[in-house]
Amino acid sequence: MLVESPPEQRAETAPAPPTRRAIRAFGLVVSVAVLVLFALASIAIGAKGLSLEQVWHGLFQDTGTYGDVVVDERLSRTVLGLLAGAALGLSGAVLQALTRNPLADPGLLGINAGASAAVVTAMTYFGVTTLNGYVWFAFFGAAAVGALVWFLGGSRGATPVRLALAGTAVSAALYGYLQAVMITDDAALNKMRFWTVGSLSSATDSTILQVLPFLAVGTLLALLLARPLNAVAMGDDTAKALGANLNRTRALSMLAAVVLCGAATAACGPIAFVGLMVPHVVRSFTGPDLRWILPYAMILSPALLLGADVIGRVVARPSELQVGIITAVIGGPVFIFLVRRRRTAQL
Amino acid sequence: MKSNRVLRTPGGLSLRLDVRAVTVVALLLLAALAASVLLIGTGDFPIPAGDVLKALAGDGNAGQEFIVNELRLPRVLVGLLVGASLGLGGALFQAVTRNPLGSPDVLGLGQGATAGALVMIVLFSGSAAQVTIGALVGGLATGLAIYLLAWKRGVHGYRLVLVGIGVSAIVTAVNSYLLTVSDIADAARAVVWMTGSLSGRDWDQVWPLLGLSAVLVPLVLANARGLRMMEMGDDVSNTLGVRVERVRALLMVAAVLLTATATAAAGPVSFVALTAPQLARRLTRSPGPNLLSSLCMGAALLVTADWISQRAFGADQLPVGVVTGVLGGVHLLWLLVIERRAARI
Repeated sequence: MLVESPPEQRAETAPAPPTRRAIRAFGLVVSVAVLVLFALASIAIGAKGLSLEQVWHGLFQDTGTYGDVVVDERLSRTVLGLLAGAALGLSGAVLQALTRNPLADPGLLGINAGASAAVVTAMTYFGVTTLNGYVWFAFFGAAAVGALVWFLGGSRGATPVRLALAGTAVSAALYGYLQAVMITDDAALNKMRFWTVGSLSSATDSTILQVLPFLAVGTLLALLLARPLNAVAMGDDTAKALGANLNRTRALSMLAAVVLCGAATAACGPIAFVGLMVPHVVRSFTGPDLRWILPYAMILSPALLLGADVIGRVVARPSELQVGIITAVIGGPVFIFLVRRRRTAQL
Repeated sequence: MKSNRVLRTPGGLSLRLDVRAVTVVALLLLAALAASVLLIGTGDFPIPAGDVLKALAGDGNAGQEFIVNELRLPRVLVGLLVGASLGLGGALFQAVTRNPLGSPDVLGLGQGATAGALVMIVLFSGSAAQVTIGALVGGLATGLAIYLLAWKRGVHGYRLVLVGIGVSAIVTAVNSYLLTVSDIADAARAVVWMTGSLSGRDWDQVWPLLGLSAVLVPLVLANARGLRMMEMGDDVSNTLGVRVERVRALLMVAAVLLTATATAAAGPVSFVALTAPQLARRLTRSPGPNLLSSLCMGAALLVTADWISQRAFGADQLPVGVVTGVLGGVHLLWLLVIERRAARI
C-alpha cells in the first residue's frame, strides 16, 4: 500500500493533460445536455404530441388541462428510463472491466436468465399477475443467480473466463427451464413473450419507488469502484503490485453490477444490449480510464434508452414498439459501425 | 508430453499421436453409438438394445425392422449429424475468434436461422419444409453478413466477435418482435422450433446433412494444421508458411455451412456448439482446436440429451433443446467446480 499515486494518474498529469481533460469534461457537459433534451422529448412526444409550453405547465405549474395528465403519465416512464438506462450502462461498464471481456454484459452473467426464470415461476406456479408482484421475483432471481455465478466462477479465485463460462452455463440451464415451461404452458408463453422484450411502458410510480433504493446503492458502489477497477484492468500481477485488493474489488464489482442490473431488469424486463454497447462507444473516445467511462456510460445509456423509447412511440403510432426492440435495431448498426471504424478498443 | 507416441514408418515418415486425445475420441464415438442404440430402443414401443442391433443388421422381425430403420434411425442419424456439425462448427468458431464464448450462438448464427424460420412460421404459416429452407437462408445470410461486416483488410477474431454480437442483437430484437405480433398458436410452434427438436425427423433430413458433412469434415480436418499454427498469432503463422486469411476464410465458410444446415435441420439446439469444444478440450487436455474430439463430443452430447429427454419426460413431450441447455449447463458448471487449476481454456 506504499504506492500512493497509481501510474494512470501520473500519465494524466504528465503530457498535455489540461486540454484532454477539458475536452472530456466538456463532453460530459454536452452529454448531460443531450440527456436533458431526450428526457424532454420523451415527455413531449408520443401518440398525442405536446408543446414545450404544455410540458412546462405539466411539470411545474398545473393548469388543470389534459396536458398535465399526459405529462404525469409520461413522466414516470421517463424517470424509469433515466434510472434503468443509467443502471444498465454502469453495470455493463463495471462487468466489462471486471471480466476484462468485451462480451461481458449483464446477460452473460446469468442475470437476465435468473430474472426471467423467476418471473416465469411467479406467473406459472405462484399465480402472480401484476408487475409489482413480478418486481421482487425478478430482482431476487437476478440476485440469486448473480451470487451463484460468483461462487461457481470460483469466488476468491475468480478469473474472467471462469466467471463468463459459469454465467453462460447457468443461463443455459435456466433458459432450458424457461423454454420447458413456455412449451408446456401457453398462458405463460403468452405473458413471457411480452415480458422478455423489455419495455418502459408498464412503469408506475410504485415500481420506481421499489427499485430506487437498490439503484442508488448500486450506482454509488459502482462509481466508487472506478479507481480499483482501473488497477484490475492492468492484469492481476500489476494490480497486486499496485496494492489493489483484487478479491474485494471483484466481489464488490459483481455486487454492484448484479444490484444495478437486477433492479433495472425487475422494473422493465430484460433490455439487452444497452449495457453491452454504451461502454464500448464511450471507451472509443474516453480511452480506458474508468473514472471517465463510468460517468459517461451513466449519462449516455439513459439517453440511448429514452431516445429509443421515443422512436418506438413514433414509428408505430398510435400503438408502440417496445424499447428493447428499438435499442437493438438502432444500436446494433451503430455498434457495428464503431467496431469497424476504428482499431477496436482492447480492454 | 508423456502421452505422446510417435509412429515411424520404414520410409522415414513419422506421425505424432496424442494417446490421450485418440483415446478420448474413441470413447466419445463409442458413447455416441451406445446412446444411439439406446435412443432407437426408446419410445412408445420400447425395443431392447439386442433387438435394435439385430434390426439394424437386418435380421430382426419385420415390425421391429420397420420401427427401427424407417421411424427411429433417421431421427438418431439427424441427431448424430447435427450434434457433430454443431460441435465442429463451435470448435472452429472458438478457434478462429480465440474466445471460448465465440460460438455460433453468441455470434448470432442461431438467431439468424431462427429469424428465417420465424418469418416462415409467423408471416406465412409455412410448412415444415419451408421453415427448414427459411432457417437455412437465414443462417447463411447472417453468416455472410457478419463476415462481410467484419472484413477490413482481413478478418480479425476480435472484430468478428463484436460484429457478431451486434448482428445477433439486431436479429434477436426482430425475433422478439415477430413473437409478440404472432398469434398464440404460431408463437407456440415457434418456441418449440427455437428450442431445437429432433422429433419427426426422417430420411429427407439425413441425406443433405450427410452429404454436406462428407465434404466439409475432411476439408476442415485437412486444414486443422494451419488453424493450430494460427493460435500463435497471425504474424508467426504467416512466417511459418500458413496462408492465414485463406485458411481462415475457408474454415469460416465451412463452420457457417455446418452450423446453418444443422440449425435448419433441428432448430438452434442450445449450448452444444458452445459446450462441446470446452468439454472436449478438458477431456483431451491437449492444446489446439481439438476438432475431432469436439465433433464426437457434440454428437454424443446431442444424442444422449435426446435419450434423456425421451426417458425423463416421455416420448416427444419436451424437445431436446431443453435438455441440452440444462444438461450442458450443469455439466460445464460441474467441470468448473471440480477443476481447481484456474482457467485452462
